[in-house]
Amino acid sequence: MIRLPLVEIDSLVVDYLASRGKVRAVEDVSFYLEKGEKLGLAGESGSGKSTLGLSLLRLVPYPGIIVKGCIKIDETDIAKLPEHEMRSIRGKKVAYIFQDPMTSLNPVKRIGAHFVELIRTHEPTVSKEDALERAKTMLKNLGILPERINDYPHQFSGGMRQRIMIGLAIALNPDLVIADEPTTALDVIVQAKILDLLENLRKIYGMALILISHDLSILLERCDKITVMYAGHMFEYASSIELHKAPKHPYTQGLLQSIPNIEVTDQKLSAIPGSPPNMLNPPKGCRFWPRCSYAKEICRVKEPTLIDIGHNHLVRCVLYSEKGAECE
Amino acid sequence: MFCIAKKVQNVSEIVKVEQLKKYFPVQKSFLEQMFARKISYVKAVDNVTFSVRKGEIFTLAGESGCGKTTTGRLIVRLIKPTSGKIYFNDADVTNLKGERLRLLRRKMQIVFQDPYASLNPRMKIGDAVGHPLEIHSLAKGEGKKKLVLDVFDKVGLTPPEQFTSLYPHQLSGGQRQRAALARSIILKPEFIVADEPVSMIDVSLRTTIIDLMLGFRKELGLTYLFITHDLAVAKYISDRIAIMYLGKIIEMSSKENLFLKSLHPYTQSLLSAIPIPNPERERKILELKGEVPSAINIPSGCRFHPRCPYEKAECAEKEPELVEVEKDHFVACNSY
Repeated sequence: MIRLPLVEIDSLVVDYLASRGKVRAVEDVSFYLEKGEKLGLAGESGSGKSTLGLSLLRLVPYPGIIVKGCIKIDETDIAKLPEHEMRSIRGKKVAYIFQDPMTSLNPVKRIGAHFVELIRTHEPTVSKEDALERAKTMLKNLGILPERINDYPHQFSGGMRQRIMIGLAIALNPDLVIADEPTTALDVIVQAKILDLLENLRKIYGMALILISHDLSILLERCDKITVMYAGHMFEYASSIELHKAPKHPYTQGLLQSIPNIEVTDQKLSAIPGSPPNMLNPPKGCRFWPRCSYAKEICRVKEPTLIDIGHNHLVRCVLYSEKGAECE
Repeated sequence: MFCIAKKVQNVSEIVKVEQLKKYFPVQKSFLEQMFARKISYVKAVDNVTFSVRKGEIFTLAGESGCGKTTTGRLIVRLIKPTSGKIYFNDADVTNLKGERLRLLRRKMQIVFQDPYASLNPRMKIGDAVGHPLEIHSLAKGEGKKKLVLDVFDKVGLTPPEQFTSLYPHQLSGGQRQRAALARSIILKPEFIVADEPVSMIDVSLRTTIIDLMLGFRKELGLTYLFITHDLAVAKYISDRIAIMYLGKIIEMSSKENLFLKSLHPYTQSLLSAIPIPNPERERKILELKGEVPSAINIPSGCRFHPRCPYEKAECAEKEPELVEVEKDHFVACNSY
């Protein structure tokens, strides 16, 4: 049996046509995701990780446009799909969990109404009572008392609201859930609980997951594969074990050396000099060269391509291109 | 010998707080005010006692709402405590006013979490950073300019001449936090409260800001009260750590002790929940029941008992004191 990828992105380019100029938020990104796989998207603010996530649902906000590339979900290229057909993909095939649960829930609607609306939009034959029943079962799975189905969002704590968001995302049993910084606003204990819950539900429902986060520790801990983004470019793609053991890109190496690990005593952290580029005017050549300690003349001129260095480990850096292997 | 050591230790306490409390009254509607028999309070800080030793980095850590930020603000006297005492260099500063408070502020400064909100958007950052010098009439004109350029150089906003005439919106988040740091050290204070100074900054820039702060400790002989929710960062920079829960310190010790042999079940749970950047490492999370209760209705007895996995009968009534179970390791739990 050939395993078909669930998601296949090929040379995706997303621009924001801002009044001060064009910002290329995502450039030449390609990857694929198999059914049930957990992919982590790592990057700092402005790296294009959320834009990439949103483009999987064609929800890139104005003035963003998908310039080119294809986004195949189950063999359908959604980049070219008419808008009304997108509605059957959003929520049903691919669901999105946003960072801030307070702004993504409607404050004047009861929790039950959120579920009923969602279920009945996609499955019009389901009665309101049945939809409510399904919502109650879901609340139980989320560890929330089913009696609270008639409460309003403000009556729940931050952690519970985020759990409700997860419940809404998986209510239609999608193939893929994209969680965009789902725990950034939460405390560590709640964060661990939410991520555990997400993982349990993911196993039960057999979904694939794309976890977007600036926190590499969470991704290393929770994902099978990780994509590191920087200034709209995919810098590295590897399994988390490989990325942890042998990070190849100087940026990934720098990131890993700058995150504190409580298990290491007397850890020495080192910082990456400089700061991320202004995306209105990104550096020519490799976007990381002004901060890279390995930067050579060629890095300032030539944009490196993403190359496979074996075992499906992709790196975008001249150190590894063609005869660059000796620099390792 | 022992006696001398003890004496030195006493002198070296730069900040000390004793039984510090801050209760915020809960705002009610007019009708509720008419009929309510008593006002309820958010007990943000509830009887906190600790001291910060000269030259150390003392961290207050805990989840949101535990009172760590309020404690920091109380110490720099941005808000008035409900009761309790604050000492700075052995002098009681709890009720200082006017000129004397201003003089105190030269010695203690605060760096806020959000560098977007803590710099005036209409002030060039050179002016913002130099402003404290004017307030304290320490330098004017050329002298001030020179000091500002100096401090810009120190925090790594180089070349300084270019940065002084920029407005905050022209800087990145990391640069803004550098400017905020510059403003806090320009008066050469002895003590800085750093309230989550890196939590809003990009990961790749955090280490630079932390290293900068660590450098100033040596170079300028600073003492820090570091406030954070991120225990991994706390472990990297602190000498001693106090864990707060619902307005109280529940454990306080050197960072080595805290991470190797934490005693309080809440600390243990917090530590077990920190993600470890290693995909091959399985970790077991010590689960807690429920969620943090509201600071308006603090549970009786030990405030942690409704969530505690080792709850005993007495815990619902007896409030544990913060006791020293071994040298420099304090815990507030009925099991010790």
